[in-house]
Amino acid sequence: MIVADRKPIEEILNSIKEYDKIMLAGCGGCVTICFSGGAKAVELLASQIKMARKKQGRAIEIIECTPERQCEYEFIDQLKDDLKSVDAVLSIACGVGVQAMSERHPDTITIPGLNTKFMGYPIEHALWDERCAGCGDCVLEWTGGVCPIARCAKKLLNGPCGGSANGKCEVDKDVDCAWQLIYDRLKKLGRLDNLKQVRQPKDWRTSTNAGQRKTKFEEAML
Amino acid sequence: MKSGSRLEKVLTAGEFAVTAELGPPQNADPEAIKKKAQYCLGNVEGANITDNQTAIVRMSSIAAAAIALSCGVEPVVQMVCRDRNRIAMQSDILGAAALGVKNLLCLSGDHQKFGNHPQAANVFDIDSVQLIAMVKRMRDDKQFLSGDEIKEHEPRLFIGAVENPFADPFEYRVLRLGKKVEAGADFIQTQCVFDVEKFARWMDMVVAEGLHEKVYIMAGLTPVRSHKALEYMKTEVAGMSIPDELIKRMQAVEDKEAKKEEGIKICLEMIEQVRKIKGVAGIHLMPIGWESITPVILERAGLLPRPEV
Ligand code: SF4
Ligand code: SF4
Repeated sequence: MIVADRKPIEEILNSIKEYDKIMLAGCGGCVTICFSGGAKAVELLASQIKMARKKQGRAIEIIECTPERQCEYEFIDQLKDDLKSVDAVLSIACGVGVQAMSERHPDTITIPGLNTKFMGYPIEHALWDERCAGCGDCVLEWTGGVCPIARCAKKLLNGPCGGSANGKCEVDKDVDCAWQLIYDRLKKLGRLDNLKQVRQPKDWRTSTNAGQRKTKFEEAML
Repeated sequence: MKSGSRLEKVLTAGEFAVTAELGPPQNADPEAIKKKAQYCLGNVEGANITDNQTAIVRMSSIAAAAIALSCGVEPVVQMVCRDRNRIAMQSDILGAAALGVKNLLCLSGDHQKFGNHPQAANVFDIDSVQLIAMVKRMRDDKQFLSGDEIKEHEPRLFIGAVENPFADPFEYRVLRLGKKVEAGADFIQTQCVFDVEKFARWMDMVVAEGLHEKVYIMAGLTPVRSHKALEYMKTEVAGMSIPDELIKRMQAVEDKEAKKEEGIKICLEMIEQVRKIKGVAGIHLMPIGWESITPVILERAGLLPRPEV
């Protein structure tokens, strides 16, 4: 899932300061699960904004909504009529949702209310960890299912670096060293041989380095 | 000869080799290099010119190496993977070789978090093992990483790498050294040894794998002037092993000058100890901020004058 944090309230208030009526749009997908952008988050943020604006002496009207997924035209097209009456959309979907909204409703400005961070999953209640950087050429097959691209601060393919100590990464003592994990997993699987081979430089063309990527599923093309 | 560097000649002649660190300044002053070069001149096989060490902006290692060369000191240019992609690295490798550099030490590099520009984007297009293989390919196969041919004047470099016997996972460290050797490392400089016992255990494993016959291993040593430096390394630098007895020993000395002397003595004892360990081909001195001590230590260790090769 995509994990995002809410922007600081001051930043949000500042970005909508010139508007008197906005739509606050959440998303029923990933950000609902990570609590930053679901229906509850919409409700909470709306009341925070209204309160702050009232204090400032410039009340604001807010239409609240939480489409099933803000990243699909099908769900955001339904907002068309409501959009006519607002000055702007404050979106608390991920960056993908914000862009879908902007693209589908180009006459209305859409402002992000979240900072989209990574692809990952909850490792315990209310705690998410990054797992994949979408590099486009997955190596998990030989790393024992631990991603060295998203989880090693140096993206090493022949790790670990000299800073790995007590299972933790030199960059952050609260983060596991990906390469210690890789070593431990492969050892357990009896596959340490995977680490003997010198891994060749990665071809980053499949990653973000070639500009915007596209993907096609031929069989499903209409 | 792969490179014809002095370091290569001394090592292949079977002599105990010595290198020392020479950190470039955080400014554009060539005199800073020239001054430090004097401590190295005639005393070491090569001076390691660090590459924006701990991610703090300093004079370019290749530029500083050119200045060292002009003083008659053979540089070991360090190159980290943090700041440049494969295009810039290959370009700099050609440039360094054209300036007369004959030794190149390949490292991943300290993360930018530790330096003075933590906001910077890092590169890590390739890692240190891949960098070693790339330099070897340029030298031996006369090819760029892309496979394009280097038609003439390929860079002739003696390829160095580092290894940290004190980082985790300990059992894997020797395997990883093997990868660096397979990739093409000619010599290895280790992280600072304070824990000689652990270093010896690691060397046992290196020898058991026969790696000491494929690569020259130089033990990294850092003379210290206070127990505080040791305490700092113990708590703040990941992947260091500092025995408490050493800290206590430095602590027990009151006077500042006496502390320096104690630091020198410890370093001399360690030189003695590592020289006796099978497979150790030399030492690499890293007197952080205390470069002037290099000739003193080498003299007292009986490592001067350096052999003729
Ligand atoms: S290797 Fe690439 S695709 Fe696979 S998990 Fe890591 S970033 Fe994602
Ligand atoms: S400590 Fe481990 S995770 Fe951190 S940069 Fe080094 S190898 Fe990567």
